[in-house]
Amino acid sequence: MSSDVIVRNVSRRAFLSAGLKAAAGLTLSLALPVQAKVGDAGPGLAGTDKAAAELAPNAFVRIGADDRVTVVAKHLEMGQGTYTGLATLVAEELDARWDQVDVISAPADAKRYNNLLWGAAQGTGGSTAIANSYEQMRRAGAAARVMLLEAAARIWGVDAQTLSAQDGRVFKPGTGLSASFGELADAASRLEVPVEVVLKDPAQFRLVGHPVPRKDIAAKINGSAVFTQDIQRPGMRTAMIARAPRFGAKLKSFDGEKALASSGVREVHAVPSGIAVIADHFWAAKTGRDVLRIEWDESAAFDAGSEAVFKDYATLLDKPGLPARSDGDANEALKDAQGVVRADYRFPFLAHAAMETLGCVIEQQNDGSVDMWYGAQMQTGDQYAVSKVLGIRPDQVRIHTLYAGGSFGRRANPFSDYVVEAAEVLKASGGKTPIKLVWTREDDTRGGWYRAAYMHRIEASLESDGKPAAWRNRIVGQSIVAGTAFESGMTRKGVDVTSVEGAATLPYDIPNLRVELHTTKLPVPIQWWRSVGSTHTAYATETFLDLLAREAGQDPVDYRRALLGESPRHLQVLNLVAEKGGWGKPLAKGRGRGVAVHESFNSYVAMVAEVTVKGSGRYSVDRVVVAVDCGVAVNPDIIRAQMEGGLGYGLSTVLESEITFADGAVRESNFHDYTVLRANQMPEVEVHIVPSAEAPTGVGEPATPVIGPAVANALSSVTGKRYLQLPIRRA
Amino acid sequence: MYELNINGASHRVDAPADMPLLWVLRDLLGLTGTKYGCGIAQCGACTVLIDGVAQRSCVLPVSAVGDGAITTIEGLDGKVGRAVQSAWEALSVPQCGFCQSGQILAATSLLTNNPTPSDAQIAEGMSGNICRCCTYVRIGKAVRKAADDLTQGAVR
Repeated sequence: MSSDVIVRNVSRRAFLSAGLKAAAGLTLSLALPVQAKVGDAGPGLAGTDKAAAELAPNAFVRIGADDRVTVVAKHLEMGQGTYTGLATLVAEELDARWDQVDVISAPADAKRYNNLLWGAAQGTGGSTAIANSYEQMRRAGAAARVMLLEAAARIWGVDAQTLSAQDGRVFKPGTGLSASFGELADAASRLEVPVEVVLKDPAQFRLVGHPVPRKDIAAKINGSAVFTQDIQRPGMRTAMIARAPRFGAKLKSFDGEKALASSGVREVHAVPSGIAVIADHFWAAKTGRDVLRIEWDESAAFDAGSEAVFKDYATLLDKPGLPARSDGDANEALKDAQGVVRADYRFPFLAHAAMETLGCVIEQQNDGSVDMWYGAQMQTGDQYAVSKVLGIRPDQVRIHTLYAGGSFGRRANPFSDYVVEAAEVLKASGGKTPIKLVWTREDDTRGGWYRAAYMHRIEASLESDGKPAAWRNRIVGQSIVAGTAFESGMTRKGVDVTSVEGAATLPYDIPNLRVELHTTKLPVPIQWWRSVGSTHTAYATETFLDLLAREAGQDPVDYRRALLGESPRHLQVLNLVAEKGGWGKPLAKGRGRGVAVHESFNSYVAMVAEVTVKGSGRYSVDRVVVAVDCGVAVNPDIIRAQMEGGLGYGLSTVLESEITFADGAVRESNFHDYTVLRANQMPEVEVHIVPSAEAPTGVGEPATPVIGPAVANALSSVTGKRYLQLPIRRA
Repeated sequence: MYELNINGASHRVDAPADMPLLWVLRDLLGLTGTKYGCGIAQCGACTVLIDGVAQRSCVLPVSAVGDGAITTIEGLDGKVGRAVQSAWEALSVPQCGFCQSGQILAATSLLTNNPTPSDAQIAEGMSGNICRCCTYVRIGKAVRKAADDLTQGAVR
């Protein structure tokens, strides 16, 4: 549905005055998607039609006669606070009252809702939501404000330049003239959408930079927030899939008779990923699945154990890999060097283990098109993948993006794995009923698409003043992007950039620096996991830097400072965290402090962690001080929350979590053996945000990789030991 | 057929005896605020109150519920529950929000049993409920705030 109200006015002259353009602030050309310029509010916006008296100047904002401002969020809200951030940007330039703003999810439509940093695709990830939307959402809000001002000017017969907007009203200062946005919406909707708008000078911000309350809190404390597993459709059935116990196994035969005889089970079908049981509800599906008899052909299946994988990887550490960075000649420098420092690191497979297990609801309509409800993270890829399964066009796949109960990268699967599964089940059952595909926790833990296992070797030699003369970092592990649509864009000269990010971008001033990669192949499916390459590169590089500082007999903060001359933003967060974290102040016996600094997704994070080493190798992480530079701080409270939660997520991998294999089968299955951080393991957290006028960058991921090295360095400061393997079960 | 007392109302449900209360609530009665997270009483997302005490509905067969008064997030009321929800809002605890029904009911149970917990007792008491967003810092502060608000009579 297009909104004809604006379209029919398209020939009218642009009313944005030259005077307004010249006003203080930033003049920017409108870079809204083409359709947005003609005011197409788009199909499926929360299933409601645009009301006649509604202002919908672009794809992102609608203002109703009831004074409600609705922001259409193109990004998935999975806990990171993006609904609030996007709405803040719109409301700021619109001069709306925060409490009149609602947020709804955008439909899947890459033409209007693409991620500007991803080209033509709609999706959320890589901590890009605010970064790519910062100007786009502000322009969307500013365009609406300009139209409201002009509407008021025409009604009152005054010059729009003499009017102001504030807190959801337009008024003429010094007079009694005033009208609410809702009162002006109808008149404004008859005006042409401005092509150029003036954005505020950041000094004028009233919402950006302030801890406005999250828009999703109320629904998330009273149980009304809707997640995938909460969706009920008329006639809907619940599907569960029995998947092979080993990656790479194939179905040999199955007997679904007992399952079909189980109460509430309606259908049993072979689908590409296993055997699907379709039943009246979860419990019936699970009970039926439990009595399936399946034989798997495991002749080509993964059959190794974790130790064998790491043994193979260790042999590659001895061999040169593909260069990812080469400054000077590290090989030559290390060959002749005395006292080379060397460490080999080992990182396990990790599950994302979001609280909400994977799931997807799909319903076929009479014309063959489908509606889907789930926490969609890469809508465009999912539409394409589902269209291929069902033989329909991608635009016939309507996605209703719901809140996701966490993702941490898992829902951004390059092959749309669980979404395709839902489509396959629908297809197998003939599309006669809506299907809710559910994954149990066991399915989620054993289902693969893990953070890959990696090994690192770092070797370095020192100058006489203690500074590193040469540094060689060899990385071994699977490629996330190999075989995916991302491969060509994210591979440089054979090197998957996600395998080496954080290592090849080492910020320290080292004359001979070499980073190499061995890309391995295993049948274990892997993918991005919160902070991606930095999950392992930050740990290896930042603990190794502490080793060098100790070798040089220097303080770890001073040692880093001397090497960060070319990296002012790293240096700034390092200095801030050292100051706020009480670096150098004495600690009680058994307690230690560790520091780490790392950039990921263009945000800079430094941490000082305080630990207590207790008897028999036990330890606790007591307190963490964080400094973060993410450019303009759109919402300081959400940034704090992401630092707290992001470091907690990383701390799970330091203290607890690993996926291991025995004879090719995943050992862990649920939270009793895939253990994660709990409340009594969470340190106190203190967050300091660097004031900045730089364009905002993401905060969802950048805290996660920094906690590991900060904690390990703190432990080393007490015990003198090296911690070269995660998780650190014993200090 | 079982007769259950949920949020002050009586519900008759036709369910197999071994069906966990969680799925009776969610799939038979449409009370979806209570979440499935693990199915083995490890994560606490399915927490409900039965006679005021936090219970894991994912491992509680419907046949074992009896006539206990079940409170889900949809029916949470009373001074302690309101204090907890209001502290949760004030401190902006939720991120993804999926575990928070269970967290709020666990906190309500904790404060009902111990109105003046120490910080260590709060951390231990809330450790049965996993939050993968790791909102634990704020959960701890919010339970403390709710306790303080209740003892200071700030909650009606």
